[in-house]
Amino acid sequence: MRRILILGAGTAGTMMANHLRPKLRSSDWSITVVDQEKIHYYQPGFLFLPFGTYEPKQLKKPIEKFIPAGVQLVQCGIDRVLPEKNVVSLLDGYELEYDILIIATGTKIAPQETEGMLGEGWRKDIFDFYTFAGAKALRDKLRDWDGGKLVVHICEMPIKCPVAPLEFCFLADSFFHEKRMRDRVDLTFVTPLGGAFTKPTATEKLGHLLKEKRINIVSDFAIEKVDNEHKKIIDYGGKEVTYDLLVTVPVNLGDEMVARSGIGDDMNFVPTNKATLQSLVKENIFAIGDATNLPASKAGSVAHFESEILTDNILRFIDGQPLKEEFDGHANCFIETGHGKALLIDFNYTHEPVEGTFPFPGVGPLKLLEESRINHYGKMAFRWMYWNILLRGRHIPFVSPTMSELGKKYPHEEVKHG
Amino acid sequence: MDKTVAGKVISMNEEGYLTDLSQWTQEVAREIAQEEGIELTDQHWSVIEFLQQSFKKSEPLSIRSLGKKGPVSIKDFYSLFPDGPLKKASRIAGIPKPASCI
Repeated sequence: MRRILILGAGTAGTMMANHLRPKLRSSDWSITVVDQEKIHYYQPGFLFLPFGTYEPKQLKKPIEKFIPAGVQLVQCGIDRVLPEKNVVSLLDGYELEYDILIIATGTKIAPQETEGMLGEGWRKDIFDFYTFAGAKALRDKLRDWDGGKLVVHICEMPIKCPVAPLEFCFLADSFFHEKRMRDRVDLTFVTPLGGAFTKPTATEKLGHLLKEKRINIVSDFAIEKVDNEHKKIIDYGGKEVTYDLLVTVPVNLGDEMVARSGIGDDMNFVPTNKATLQSLVKENIFAIGDATNLPASKAGSVAHFESEILTDNILRFIDGQPLKEEFDGHANCFIETGHGKALLIDFNYTHEPVEGTFPFPGVGPLKLLEESRINHYGKMAFRWMYWNILLRGRHIPFVSPTMSELGKKYPHEEVKHG
Repeated sequence: MDKTVAGKVISMNEEGYLTDLSQWTQEVAREIAQEEGIELTDQHWSVIEFLQQSFKKSEPLSIRSLGKKGPVSIKDFYSLFPDGPLKKASRIAGIPKPASCI
C-alpha cells in the first residue's frame, strides 16, 4: 500500500482529496489529509461579512463534510516535513510516512510583522477582513460607526485575493450611500503598488470608477509602522496617512510549518515549478494554491484550475511518465464594484485582463472587465458553486483549466506581457 | 513599442518598462535612471543586480524581501530611489513593474 499525504484541508487540499480518490484504487493507495481546524470557511464571503450581506453561519461548514469516503482526515497541527525521510511529523509527536506529499497549507495574515499593528487600536479602530474573526469584528464596528476617515490599506504584496481590498472600497462606498452617510465618510485606498490599477487595459477601462465613487488613492506606500496614539500609518519614506478607521490587509505569509521544515522562501512560500506544480524541494513533493511561490493570484479559482492539472501530473508521476508543463497561471475572478454590480476578469501569467465575453466567445453571458448586474449575480451564485461543485473536485462546465484567448479583445501586442 | 535608448533599439511597454531583459545594458540603465533624476552609484548597482537575480529566479519582489536579504536596508533603498523605489528600481533594472491582477 502506497500513501498520498495532503497537508491542509482548505480549498486546495480538499479539492485534491476529491480529485484523487476516485482515480486511485483504495487497495493500492491510501490518501490522508491533515488539518488542525474543524471548520471550513467560505473565504470569498469575508469581503461581504462586514457589510452584513452574509450572516456568519452562511460562511462555515464542517471540514469533514467535504472529505470524501475513503480518505482519512487527521485533525492535528503539523510540526514539519522531513523530505529526506519522506515523513511529516505532527505536533502531537506522531509521524506520518508518505510516498507522495501535497502541500496545501495556504497563506495567513501576519499583523505582528508590522510595528504597532497589534497595538491598542487592534480591533478597536484597526481591523482586517481576511479572517473570519476580523471580518465579524469589523461588521460590528461598521454597524454604529458614525463616519470619518476610512483608510483601506495593503501592507505588502503578495496577498490572498489581490483585488479584495479594492472591492472593499467599492462596497464601502455603496454601503455608506445606502446608510445615507456617504458624505460623512472620507474614503482613501493606500497601496504599496504604483496605483489602484496596475495593468494597462484595466487602468484605462476602470480608472474612472475611483473618481466616480470618490475614492482617494495613496500609491507607492510601503508601511513601516502604525502610530496608534496619533492614528496614522507611516511609510519608509516618511509619508503619513491619518485614519479614524483603518481596514488593513496585513503582510501575508505561508504557514509556519513551511519555515520549520526549512523548505520555504523568506515569506514561507514553497518554491514550485510554475507549469507542473512539482515543488523544487524534492520530486515527490507537490504544492498547490496559496502555499506556492507561483507568480499567479492567490485565489481559489487559481487553486481550482491548478487542481485539475496537478491531478493529471500526480497520476503521471505514479506511472513514471514526464509531467505536463501545462499550468499557465489561469485565474478567473468576479470583482464587486458596489451598487449591485460586478466585473469579471479572466487572465493568466502572460495575458492581462481585457474586455470580452465569457465563457462563450461573442455570446457571454458574462462580460469581462465591464460592470454588469449579471456579473454580480454570478458572484452571489458562486457561493453555492463553491460548496457543491468546486470543493467536490467537479469540473466547472465550459471553463478549462488553461485560459482561452477566444472572446477576448487584446488591444496591443505589448500589453500581453504579464 | 520600440524606443531608442543609449543608441540601442529597445522594446518597451507603454509605461517605459523593458519587455526583454536581454536587451538591458548598463548604458540603458544609466539613461533610464537619468530620466528618473537618479545618478547611479555603486549602491544603486548592487540593488539593480539583486533585483535582476531575483527576477531571473522568478522570486516575487517585495520591499520586505529586499529588506531581508537585499544589499541595502529599506531606508537606504528609499533614499537611493525616492518615491516608489520598487517601481523606479525595477524600471532601471529592466524588469517588469510590480503589479496586481488588474
